[in-house]
Amino acid sequence: MSKPKAGFYWCASCGGCEESVVDLAEAILDVVDAIDFVFFPVAMDFKREDVEAMEDGEMTVCFINGALRTSEHREMAELLRRKSQFLIAYGSCSYQGGIPGLANLYSRSQILDFVYGGSPSTANPEGNRPQPHFHAPEGDLELPTFDSEVKALDQVVDVDFYLPGCAPPPSLLKAAVEALLSGELPPKGSVLAPDKALCEDCPRIDSKPNEPLISEFKRPWEIEIDHEKCLLAQGLLCLGPATRSGCDHVCINGNMPCTGCMGPVSRVQDHGSAILSALASLIDSDDPQKIDDVLEGIPDPAGTFYRYGLPHSTLFAKCGITQGNGET
Amino acid sequence: MPDDVSLPIAEDFQPRIIAFFCNWCTYTASDLAGTSRMTYAPNTRVIRVMCSGRIDPQFVLAALRKGADGVLLGGCHPGDCHYQAGNYKCLRRFRLLKRLLTQLGIEEERVRLEWIAASEGDRVQKVTNEMVEQIRKLGPLRLEKIPTHPNGEAAPAPAEPMATATEGAVS
Repeated sequence: MSKPKAGFYWCASCGGCEESVVDLAEAILDVVDAIDFVFFPVAMDFKREDVEAMEDGEMTVCFINGALRTSEHREMAELLRRKSQFLIAYGSCSYQGGIPGLANLYSRSQILDFVYGGSPSTANPEGNRPQPHFHAPEGDLELPTFDSEVKALDQVVDVDFYLPGCAPPPSLLKAAVEALLSGELPPKGSVLAPDKALCEDCPRIDSKPNEPLISEFKRPWEIEIDHEKCLLAQGLLCLGPATRSGCDHVCINGNMPCTGCMGPVSRVQDHGSAILSALASLIDSDDPQKIDDVLEGIPDPAGTFYRYGLPHSTLFAKCGITQGNGET
Repeated sequence: MPDDVSLPIAEDFQPRIIAFFCNWCTYTASDLAGTSRMTYAPNTRVIRVMCSGRIDPQFVLAALRKGADGVLLGGCHPGDCHYQAGNYKCLRRFRLLKRLLTQLGIEEERVRLEWIAASEGDRVQKVTNEMVEQIRKLGPLRLEKIPTHPNGEAAPAPAEPMATATEGAVS
């Protein structure tokens, strides 16, 4: 019997998710023994035509990382959905919109105006803008169109499983591949990671006070961070209380607070406001003015609490960004 | 914001306000307003919670997502919380939530927190009327629509070596 076929594709992505495959280290040999990669643009020379030539459902599994913002992303997601039996949203961007999803705080035209005009490093006196169609003497050229918002994968196509993380830890990827090969899969729509908060299995949990009251939020560069003590108790914005575990504590072990890349646990609908609720209630004051002073320590709440998931949040995007903003 | 296009407010616009009132003070006050036959704007839908500390910021966002134009939170005066500190927790969350909502383009007047004691039925009347007028001026809340993929296209049926679904996530 031929080996099951797999694909690995990227949309709006940094390439870190591809790195996480390499991070499997020796285990990658078991993976390539067990499955055949038939599409993996970052590593292998297969083209879109090769995917189009496949039968529907020919790939057992396709992992897609990166958020979706262009017509190309959407077309590829739809194509790969058709050709795969299982589609896995791989990494924070594909799962929840990720860092690219923060672009939903700005309108399409604000972004284009800045990138092709306002940014300090731009020299564009003629005000040139990328065009989806261009007629050159050699022939017609086409560029993908730029959507009005960033979307997570499941806002474009049906997704079977989610593998969170920025990038997903190799241990979870390995477990997911093993589950796929053995057929012992959780219900459709599951997040393939433990369903508990990071604090629960944090190596520093014993030093977490029952109520780590915070009188000042500190940024990591402002203090000398204790290597053993609960980071929240040190005044750092650690999103562990409301973020899913399964990341192998790489940030905590690196003496940095959790930034929330694994997303929420299954009981939470809106990751950002769950973190907001957990952290704000710890502020050590009952006085509105003093509370506001402490909150000055969080200069960018939306960017902090929705760092990896604005498109998957209840509000999805800044209110009003698409009004009068048609797609081209 | 240069991109904002102010849409006209329909003349017959009736604000929809979700109010989360704590059982011990503000809800009792709204009961008092009712039994005292005070009249006030009928635009609020009151949801009773045991304590203002129970109001998860997710409730506020969910209310806005599901069609509320504003959200009113009501709890006991400082020092009066039936559970000692619930209203302070509500206050801290509320201050941060307002900052977050402002960043996300939602006018801060759309969310309001008031301390209303059980005896202050007249205050429920006053606050509700004020808030309805405020939201009427702001107009309806028009959130960005969350995209969803078309459900029509089913995934192809699984073949070998696939899967019988089993309970529980991989851990």
